[in-house]
Amino acid sequence: MTPTWQKIVAPLVIGVILLGLWEYAVRAAAIPHYILPGPLLILQTLVADWDTLSQSLWITLQITFMALAASVLIGGLLSILFTQSKWLELSLLPYAVILQVTPIVAIAPLIIIWVNDTLLSLLICAWIVAFFPILSNTILGLNSADHNLVDLFKLYGASRWQALRYLRLPAALPYFLAGLRISGGLALIGAVVAEFVAGSGGTASGLAFRILEAGYQLKIPRMFAALALVSGTGIVIFLLLSLISHLLLRRWHESAMRREN
Amino acid sequence: MKPLAELRGVGKRYANGTVAVSGVDLDLHDGEFVSLLGPSGCGKTTVLRMIAGLAEVSDGRIDWHTPRDLGFVFQEPTLMPWSTALTNVMLPLKLRKTPAREAAARAEAALAAVGLEDFLKAYPRELSGGMKMRVSIARALVTEPRILLMDEPFAALDEITRQKLNDDLLALWDKSRFTAVFVTHSVFESVYLSQRIVVMAPRPGRIAAEVRTDMPVPRDPGFRTSPEYAAACRTVSARLIEAMAA
Ligand SMILES: Nc1ncnc2c1ncn2[C@@H]1O[C@H](COP(=O)(O)OP(=O)(O)OP(=O)(O)O)[C@@H](O)[C@H]1O
Ligand SMILES: [Mg+2]
Repeated sequence: MTPTWQKIVAPLVIGVILLGLWEYAVRAAAIPHYILPGPLLILQTLVADWDTLSQSLWITLQITFMALAASVLIGGLLSILFTQSKWLELSLLPYAVILQVTPIVAIAPLIIIWVNDTLLSLLICAWIVAFFPILSNTILGLNSADHNLVDLFKLYGASRWQALRYLRLPAALPYFLAGLRISGGLALIGAVVAEFVAGSGGTASGLAFRILEAGYQLKIPRMFAALALVSGTGIVIFLLLSLISHLLLRRWHESAMRREN
Repeated sequence: MKPLAELRGVGKRYANGTVAVSGVDLDLHDGEFVSLLGPSGCGKTTVLRMIAGLAEVSDGRIDWHTPRDLGFVFQEPTLMPWSTALTNVMLPLKLRKTPAREAAARAEAALAAVGLEDFLKAYPRELSGGMKMRVSIARALVTEPRILLMDEPFAALDEITRQKLNDDLLALWDKSRFTAVFVTHSVFESVYLSQRIVVMAPRPGRIAAEVRTDMPVPRDPGFRTSPEYAAACRTVSARLIEAMAA
C-alpha cells in the first residue's frame, strides 16, 4: 500500500507544476487579465476581496451544509421507512426518482417563485439535488444484511427494532457513508446552481452570485477567485466526509482496512 | 423415552417447484449426537432449516415435545464484522434481553470454552477461519440450548484444524450432552462424531439408511486408527454408495 505522504505529495506536486505552467503561459503570451488571469493575480484578488468573498463563502457553506443535513435526515429516515414497509417504498420511491431525474435548473425558478424566502428556496433546491444518493444507497445497505444473519435473528425471536438496531443499520453504514460522500459534493453543486438560477443580489449572496456579478463587471480575476473558493470548498467537503467515513469503518470494513503483509 | 422432536413424512417443495426433500421420518432424542450425511444437494440444509423453523414444512409435520430451544451453526461463520468476538457471542443473549453484565460474563465463559479467552476484543477479520468457526460455535452454545443444529460447520477448514475442532466439539458435547444434529458430507467426520448416522440420498432428498455406532466418548487418542472406526466407516460408506445407486 502507498504510504500516506505519497498520496498527499503526489497530487500537490502536479498542482504546483500546473499552476507554474499556467503563470508562465499567461506572462509569456502576455494574455490580458480580463481574458485569463494568472494564479498569482487570482491569489492577490482573493486576499484583496476577502471581506466580500468570505461573506459569500459563508452563505454558500450554510446552504450546502443545511442541505446536506436535511439530506441525511430525510434520506436516512425515508430509507428506513421504505425498508420497513414495502408499500411505502412501492408508492413513494418512484417520486423520489422523478425528483432526482428532473434537472434542477428546470424547476429551480418555480421553487424560487413559490418560496418567498430566498435562502430557503436555495436550500430546497440543493436538497433536491443532494438527497437521492443517500436514499438509494441506504436502502441498498439496509437490504444487504447477510441472509444467514437475518435467519439467526429470526431464530432468536428478534423484534423488528432489534433487527434494525443490531443488524440492518450497522450493515447499511458503509453504503450510507458512500452515499454521503456523493451527496456532499452534490449539495454544493445544488447550492451553486440554484443561486445561478435565482441570480439574486443583496446581502445574502453566495459565491455563485459573486461569480455572476464579477462576470457582468468583467472583473475576471475576481470571478476566478470565487471559482477557486467553490472548488476548494468541494475538495474540503470531500476530504472531510472521507475522513469521517474512514474513522467509522476502519475497525471492520474492507474498504477502510490497511492491508498488512 | 419420548423423543424431543419427531419429523413425520416431512417434505419441502420450494416456490420454484423443486422438491428438495420428501417423506423424511426422523426422531431427535435427548442428548444424542446425530449426523445427517449425504452428497451435495440432497436436502441436508433444507431439513436442518425446517427443524430450526427457518423454512416452512410443505408436507408432513414436525411434532415438538419440548420447547424449541435451539442453537444454529451455519456453514460460514456468519459473524457480524462490525462487532468483536465478545459482542458477537453476546448477541443471542442481548436479543433475549439478558442484562448486559450477565450477558458479557456468559459470553466470556462461552468463548473460554472454545479456547478463545484471549480474543474477546478481536474483530472477525483479525481471526483465522478456524477461530471464526469457534466464535460461531460459542455463539450457538451461549444460550445453553437443548438442541444444537450444525450445517457443515467445518467443511471449509483444513484437515488438521477440522480434526482439532471435531475433538473440541465432542468434548463440549460430552460435558453438557445437548442434542446435536450435525450435517456433513464426510463419512469420516460423521463416524468420528456421532452415535447415529442418517444417510440421505438425492432427487428427491430422502433418508436412505441409518447406522448406529455406539462407541465410547471421549474418543481415546488411537480412535482414528482403530479397527472399530475403520469398520464403521466402511459400513457407512457402503450405505452411502447404495443410497446413491438407488
Ligand atoms: N431457496 C431455494 N429455492 C429453490 N430451491 C432450493 C432452495 N434452496 C435449496 N434448493 C434446492 O433444494 C435442493 C436441496 O438443497 P439443500 O441446500 O438443502 O442441499 P444440501 O444437501 O444442503 O447441499 P450442500 O451439501 O451442497 O449444502 C437442491 O436441489 C437445491 O437446488
Ligand atoms: Mg447445505
